[in-house]
Amino acid sequence: MTTGARGPDVTVLAGVAAGGAAGSLGRWGVGLSLPPTPGGFPWATFLVNVTGALAMGLLVAVLVERPGTHRLVRPVVGVGLLGGWTTFSALAVDAVTLGDSGRLGVAALYLAATVVVGVLAVVGGLRLGRTLWAGP
Amino acid sequence: MTAADALLVAVGAAVGAPARMLVGHWVRQRFAVGAPVGTLVVNVAGSFVLGLLVGGGAGHGWLAVGGTGFCGAFTTFSSLALEVREVAEDDGRRAAAGLVAGSLVLGLGAAAAGWVLGR
Repeated sequence: MTTGARGPDVTVLAGVAAGGAAGSLGRWGVGLSLPPTPGGFPWATFLVNVTGALAMGLLVAVLVERPGTHRLVRPVVGVGLLGGWTTFSALAVDAVTLGDSGRLGVAALYLAATVVVGVLAVVGGLRLGRTLWAGP
Repeated sequence: MTAADALLVAVGAAVGAPARMLVGHWVRQRFAVGAPVGTLVVNVAGSFVLGLLVGGGAGHGWLAVGGTGFCGAFTTFSSLALEVREVAEDDGRRAAAGLVAGSLVLGLGAAAAGWVLGR
């Protein structure tokens, strides 16, 4: 991260705010396109979280393979855009409300699928990115 | 109301995302811990606040600015997934499984506590 001992500077924080707003608007848009059904699998949050994990893997691969990448790319895209696009709070609250409505199986499937597919997406993004951007 | 909703989401997120960065940085400095602990703290805290809002029956506008905007951007799944993979590489699969289990148990516990308190 672009954070020294004194913490992130104003430019970095502004970039994170802009990226976070853009990513969150995207997540909100996905939620409008895939509205939740009572007791159903929360597809919108699942999709943003696994695609965001894939994109995070790709981003880290770029940063590793291309050390000259601009210093704002990681905070704006990684912390802001992808942090805003993905969410943990909706994952937790949706699982709790599913459990409260007696849909324990759906809640357990939702949590397991998000974690397993999400971590596989990061690994896949890292491998794909290394292949795409590997140096000569 | 869609344009107004979009503005509320954007404003909440423009506060939540840099707040996540600052809180994560503060936790790492203050307690001399790694990035996964900072992510855990924001995810648990954000889950509690969203639980409060949803359990308390917050109105449409409050859910947009505080829920979808602030809590959505304050918490993150992409960093958690990356950190689980990094912990698995550095400290083994048991440690990575511990990070997943800890995040889910504490996150869902916080969400449930907020949800019950809000009702």
